[in-house]
Amino acid sequence: MATREAILEKIQGRFADRVTAQDNKDLATILVTPENLVEVARYFRDEPELACDLLLDLCGVDYPGRSLRFETVTHLYSTKKNHRVRVKVRLPEENPHQPTLSQIWPAVDWFERECFDLMGIRFDGHRNLKRILCHDGFQGHALRKDYDAGQRWQCVPGNIQVPEQILGQGEIRDHFETQVLNLGPSHPATHGTLRIVVRLDGEIIVGSECEIGYLHRCFEKMSEAHFYNQVIPYTDRLNYCSPMLNGIGYARAVEEMIGADVPLRARRIRVILGELSRIMDHMVCIGTNLVDIGALTNFWYFFQPREEIYGVLEACCGSRLTNSYVRIGGLSADVPKNFVEEVRKLLVSIPKHIDDVDRLITQNKIFKSRTVGVGKATAEQAVAWGFTGPCLRASGVPFDVRKASPYDGYDQFDWDVPYATDGDTYSRYLVRMEEMRQSLKIIKQALGDLPPGPVITGDWRVALPPKERVYNEMEPLIWHFKLIYEGIKVPAGEHYSMSEGGNGELGFYIVSDGSGHPHRIKVRPPCFPLFQAFPALANGAMVSDAIAILGSLNIIAGELDR
Amino acid sequence: MTGEGEIMTTRLEGLVGWARGWAQGNSLWPLPFGTACCAIEFMSVVSSHYDLSRFGSEVVRFSPRQSDVMIVAGTVVDKMTPVLRQIYEQMPEPKWVISMGACASSGGFYRSYHVVQGIDEVVPVDVYVPGCPPTPEGLIQGILMLQDRVKKGLGKPRVEDRIRDRRAAFGRPLAGTGPAHLLPVYGQVSPSAGEPEAASAAPASTEK
Repeated sequence: MATREAILEKIQGRFADRVTAQDNKDLATILVTPENLVEVARYFRDEPELACDLLLDLCGVDYPGRSLRFETVTHLYSTKKNHRVRVKVRLPEENPHQPTLSQIWPAVDWFERECFDLMGIRFDGHRNLKRILCHDGFQGHALRKDYDAGQRWQCVPGNIQVPEQILGQGEIRDHFETQVLNLGPSHPATHGTLRIVVRLDGEIIVGSECEIGYLHRCFEKMSEAHFYNQVIPYTDRLNYCSPMLNGIGYARAVEEMIGADVPLRARRIRVILGELSRIMDHMVCIGTNLVDIGALTNFWYFFQPREEIYGVLEACCGSRLTNSYVRIGGLSADVPKNFVEEVRKLLVSIPKHIDDVDRLITQNKIFKSRTVGVGKATAEQAVAWGFTGPCLRASGVPFDVRKASPYDGYDQFDWDVPYATDGDTYSRYLVRMEEMRQSLKIIKQALGDLPPGPVITGDWRVALPPKERVYNEMEPLIWHFKLIYEGIKVPAGEHYSMSEGGNGELGFYIVSDGSGHPHRIKVRPPCFPLFQAFPALANGAMVSDAIAILGSLNIIAGELDR
Repeated sequence: MTGEGEIMTTRLEGLVGWARGWAQGNSLWPLPFGTACCAIEFMSVVSSHYDLSRFGSEVVRFSPRQSDVMIVAGTVVDKMTPVLRQIYEQMPEPKWVISMGACASSGGFYRSYHVVQGIDEVVPVDVYVPGCPPTPEGLIQGILMLQDRVKKGLGKPRVEDRIRDRRAAFGRPLAGTGPAHLLPVYGQVSPSAGEPEAASAAPASTEK
């Protein structure tokens, strides 16, 4: 792991004054001009000491009033060296454009399209620079600061993009003809709002293209119009299979910016409920994946423990699915008195259900013949496509944010990162099954080490003072008033914070201008690169395999489209 | 004919109507148009714990041709509206629509540039179920309410009128014709499509 200083020294030694190092505390940040971007990017990937092989995120930020109004921000990670880098490019207001990075990291393709769609930045040399989230009838670029958040544009059937690349392909030689089949966006196997257009040669998929944006709910624009604490309900609806994990990731990002001190009890409860959410997420993924390939029973087996976990969450915060339990600086309320006993009951009941499914499925001949060797991704491919989470670990790269850069005390627990080597649908199933067991192990340890005390920081600049003091004393009343009317003041600057979501690295890149509202929040959604790689995974497979592959990737539309 | 025969006829119609309502109401086949979080709660409703089959609505069909009631579970965005309309039109009569959750009913807390502010901009809705997401009990109550309406042979609520008004207004701003927060604001589609400048020329929104 190279330190921040070492990375900056290395890159400045190579490029001298063609790059500018920035004084950011969280990550090594360099500023390059568009002309030097490709060369610098290639150096970051190929230089053995840097080896930034995984592109995490690319986004645009709008700074109205600056002479160079736009900024693109790229976050890189090295799976070999475990360090992170941020590369920034500043672009003028008039015709902002920069070269594409898709020759270096294939994963950047959709990120650049999103940046074009929402920010209006062009990427020279991009193979398919079209709108990706908004429909074709949309005018303007929504995340620019001068775009009105409520301005809608009518969508008529002609405004839905037709995947031209698939429709335009020529016929395959030596065969009579190929045909095009449309899956989605309302299809039982897509579990949400995904659309895939495949070109078939008989039963074999010879090409496919994905189309997203059918659940683009404008999370990022909405969050700019709210206070930091008001964003938390929106985060719950990103990955709605494990809402708690999103809230934890977001709150952590803001806490790191403020430097808030989160009490140990709150962090332990976050770990316990976060891991329970991860189990729920994996249960939905495995359950629906199995339903899609014809095994319905397991779905019912997994919904029973899910209901039990919902019961615990509801007892803690009053809501089953969209918890909004996390607050910046801790939690909204303490857990109920019988929390520990209830979770201990879950620790007994959940393994039974996991074992039931394990016995039914893991050695099942039909299941294995449907999944072994299907949708294979090698380790190199998975990294190049920007995979994280269970799908990356199934390809043999044991990268888990909880181990690589521990937070919330994950390094104090004894647990392992499960990984497989084959990278196929079966491996992804195995990794998820084992991860649920490891999560239970973590919960057990966190539960045994649950200290008494407050669940939210006593810093009144961050958390509301207790109500009884607000009513009786002057100073708490003032702080209460200021927090409600002005929101939490986050120091100006930018910050990237990552946590392990249900599907992989969930990153929050927050730019603050020092006011109560975020200037920009970019979510690094783990599903986004996963779904982008789907055509490559499905190529050469059968239609029914495509469904099995899609289920194993666990694409959650809320997180994919935001 | 005497008046007696006419009375008999009316009774028979009533009997047939009652029988049809009873049969239809107790065997509503839902089409889950699940898009977001609410779809996860819908899964809970049909799963073992809440078990929708106790109310005769467990035969979930993903084909619009085979279903009676469309349960729109989740946020519908502008890009989805043609799809939603097409699927609704593919359903055979008689058909009903349940709007599950705040997003489907009113756009929820997504008052934004790409979210439909209530699916009744696109399809007529019979029952609105509040909640974000509604609890399973809430959705079951919504289905029971719909069953009740079907059994009593009550006509559609007068949402068809509302949707016609809204559809007639597609493509132009509706500001000034009612409570501003209920109405969608559409941009004028100008010939220079795709130009960012077009956005600033469009009418102001009702946001905030």
